[in-house]
Order: sequence, then structure tokens, then C-alpha cells
Amino acid sequence: MSPEIKPDFLISPEGLRVDGRRPDELRPIELEVGVLKTADGSAMIKQGKTHIIAAVYGPRELHPRHLTLNDKAYLRCVYRMATFSVPDRKRPAPSRREREISMVITNALEPALFLEEFPRTVVDVFIQVIQADGGTRCAAINAASLALADAGIPMRSLVPAVAVGKADGVLIVDLGDAEDKYGEGDVPMAVLPSTGEITLLQQDGSFTKEELLEAIQMGLNACTYIHELQKDALKRAYLRKTPEKEDEDEYEDDLETDLGESELPEEADE
Amino acid sequence: MGDFSAETISHIDRKYVQDLLAKGERVDGRAFDEYRDIEIQVDVVAAKSEGSAIARIGDTRVIAGVKVLVGEPYPDTPDEGVTMITAEMAPIASPLFEVGPPKEDAIELARVVDRGVRESESVDVKGLVIEPGKKVYMVFCDLYTLEYDGNLIDACSLAANAALLSTKFAEMKLEDDEVVPTGRELEIPIKNLAVECTVSKIGEHLVVDPVLKEEMVQDCRLTMAVDLNDHFTAMQKGGGTGPIALKQVEEAMDIALEKAQALREVIFEATGRRIG
Repeated sequence: MSPEIKPDFLISPEGLRVDGRRPDELRPIELEVGVLKTADGSAMIKQGKTHIIAAVYGPRELHPRHLTLNDKAYLRCVYRMATFSVPDRKRPAPSRREREISMVITNALEPALFLEEFPRTVVDVFIQVIQADGGTRCAAINAASLALADAGIPMRSLVPAVAVGKADGVLIVDLGDAEDKYGEGDVPMAVLPSTGEITLLQQDGSFTKEELLEAIQMGLNACTYIHELQKDALKRAYLRKTPEKEDEDEYEDDLETDLGESELPEEADE
Repeated sequence: MGDFSAETISHIDRKYVQDLLAKGERVDGRAFDEYRDIEIQVDVVAAKSEGSAIARIGDTRVIAGVKVLVGEPYPDTPDEGVTMITAEMAPIASPLFEVGPPKEDAIELARVVDRGVRESESVDVKGLVIEPGKKVYMVFCDLYTLEYDGNLIDACSLAANAALLSTKFAEMKLEDDEVVPTGRELEIPIKNLAVECTVSKIGEHLVVDPVLKEEMVQDCRLTMAVDLNDHFTAMQKGGGTGPIALKQVEEAMDIALEKAQALREVIFEATGRRIG
């Protein structure tokens, strides 16, 4: 167990945070799509010291079968923390916290998906927290929505998420572990960028109405930025997979010719 | 309370609820910002539990019981007592509840109610110490659903707060490493009080205190805990996967701020103990 020390202050006299960030500054975010070969879709996120991998399997047959939905796919998110991801060893069995977070992540992602395209199936989203340093549920959503896109699940948009909060009376964005533990409040949230609607909203700590609304607005702004990072990561991944320019042209030409020829005789028969 | 949007509700019923809302009416004739009748009874398990309460909102009813035990503090907080709130969606309360280990919705219920009490720092855990680092009081508040007709979270929050406020337990002291009663009776040191108010989003409409039928058609719900200083101490969007716009969140917050006052008053009157 690594010792934990409560910092003397969360906001320095100069107005900076424990890790030197400005109040509205995000931690460095590293996103990578397609990190697991076996999964239908996968993504990794490193947000500060938080490190999470998400994998998507499906749409595939749902077990147990009684969960089957006749009008859409069942979205099953499982958020799990590795035993070594936190200072104390986490008990290996799924905790109540993990189960609640799995549920709110499902709620956060589902509005973005066209699940009605795949009735009677399941889309599994497995989220493994490798290292936890605050903001894991939001980082998990950032990675999971990329993994869903990587798996080719039809989506309205990616879902960016961020935690906003309050430390030493100052509203801050993207809480680190110390700010989460010793700060005055935490508001994890996720957004559908296309409509600006909120799909995840939780809060603890103590906020006035005005503070809370301002914090949510800061979160919306941060999500706009994270959304750009997500799109960028997705493009980067598929840039690698795009065939060489010449091959692509040849392939398209062949396709058009084939189609043209096959259509002609059919019309002639009729 | 849980996500029963997946439960079967007929299209006729669904449309009925929605059409009524469009006309500005609700299935049971209430205004959009009106709670059902609320009733709290305390000391319902007087012989065995240290504190207890039954809270009823319309046809939703839950019972809360408090046990105060003596135990060892957590190593990282040697000078603090322990509080814990659990909730069980007992199958006695509804055909929708099943036997077996708690499902996600039951876990959410317990955690949201617990967060409301914990984050408001209602219970002064530093006042629950017998001997720092050795013995502290451990306050367990357990909730069981009795009847379910929507809005379990608010009912549980009322019952838990009322039970905690009305708890009386024997004072203990440490003598030669033995815990012995002093013969005096204590109340739980309570500094703040946060009540939870749940607003359900159905289409463009926001209704407070949804009944089961409304929960079944809701897009989502927003539960807010409001404390004595009108601060928000906990919030949870749940009960469905529908998104919610910032404007509606703000509207819901205004509703919660207004309703919290009345909810607090019901608790104070039922328990005869006033905080703040």
C-alpha cells in the first residue's frame, strides 16, 4: 500500500491545483483505438494517472436468454477495477460501487446508440480499470464510446464525459484523486455533443444552485474539447487501416464495372 | 424506483400517461409539482431497535430501523464513528421485485440514500467516538420496502432521516478494555439534514414524486439531496437511459429547493427533533 498524504491545500495561493493545473485545465489525455485484437472494438484511455481499457463484443447472442429484448439490443456494461488499481488491494469480487457505476455508464452510453438495429442481441462493453486516480467513471465512458465506434455499432455520436467539482471553494474540471477525496464536491457528467443533452449526472459534496450550474457549464465546455480528442483518436486509428491510395482506386473501379455489367442483362431479360 | 422502463407497460397506458401530461394533468390528478400524502411514524420497532420509522408517500411505504453497535474505527479514521445505510427491495413490496441477491436498482437505491445522508455530513461522526482508535459507535440504518408505487428513493430518504433523528442509544465507556454502559442515553449527534427530492422527466415534462405508472414511461429521473443551507449535497440521474437538457436540470433544481423545505418539516414534526 502506497501511503496517502492529505495535501495542505488543493488550490495554491497562486490559484493553481495540486498537480499545477489551472482550475479549468484537463489532465493530459491519451486515447488509443483498437488496442485489443480479439475484441470487436476496443480503446484505451490514459487521463493523468488514470488508465482504463474498454472492449466491446457484439452484437452477439445474449446469455442468459431471458434478458433478451425483442425491439433492441441489450447493452451490458461491466465496470471492474483491478485489485492493484487502488492504494489498498481492492477485493476481487464486484463491489456495490462497481455495480452502480456499471449501471450509470450504461445509461450514459445508450442514448448515443442505435440499438434498435440489433433486436434480440447483446452488445457487451467490458471496462477494466488498470490504475485509478480519480475520474474513472468518466474516463471509462470516454474509452467505451470509442470502443463502441471501433466495433462498428451505429452511433449518433461519441459520448465525452468529465468530472467537475470544487476544491477550496474553487470550481475545477477533471478531478484528480486528491481533489476527489479531499475536495468539497464531485459532479461526474457525460454529454451527447450533437444535442448538448446530459446522459450522466451525479453529484456529491455541497454546492449552491449557482455553483452547480456553473460547474455543469464548465463540464459541457470540457466535454466539447474531449469530443474533439475522441474524434481525433478514431481518425488516427482508421488512417492506419486505410489501404494504399492506388489499391483503393483500383478496387472501386472494379466494383463499379461489375455492378454495371450485372445489371444490364437482367433488364434485358425483362 | 429502478429502471422499469424495460418492464412491460401497454401502449395504451403509455399513451394515456403522456396524453394527460400534454393536457397538464397527471394519472392521479396531482399538479406536476405536488407530492402525494406523506406520513411518517417513528419508534415503530421500539423494543428492539434504537431508532425506527415508517415513511409513506401515497402507496409507497418503507420501514427504516437503526441499530447502534460498538466496534472498532476504520484505521484511516481512528477518531470517527461509522454510519452505514443499506436498502433492500424486498419482494413483499411489489410483484416486480424478485427474491435473491440485490440487483443494480437496489444497490443504487441504497447508495443514493446513503450519499444523501453522508455527503450532507448530517451525522457528526466525530461525536460517535468512545475511545479514539479503539472503540466507536457504528450506526447502521437499514431500509426495507413494504409497498411500492413509485419514488422509493424519496420515501427511503424520509424514513432514514426520521429514524436517525429519533434514535436513542445507551452511552458506553471503556473500563479496563471492557465496554460497559454508563446508564445514560444518547441521541445521534446530527448537525445537518438533507432530504432527497426526485423529479421524473417524461418527454418535455417534469413531474415530482412519480407514481409507478409514471416511472414506467419516464425517460429518466433526477434525484437531488438538499440540505438545511439549500446546498445540493447529492444528485443522481437514473431510472432510465433518456438524456436530459441543462435547462431541465435547472428547472428540477428549483423544484427540489422548494420541496425540500416541506419534506424537512414533515420529518421534524414526526420526530419532534429539530435541527438547524
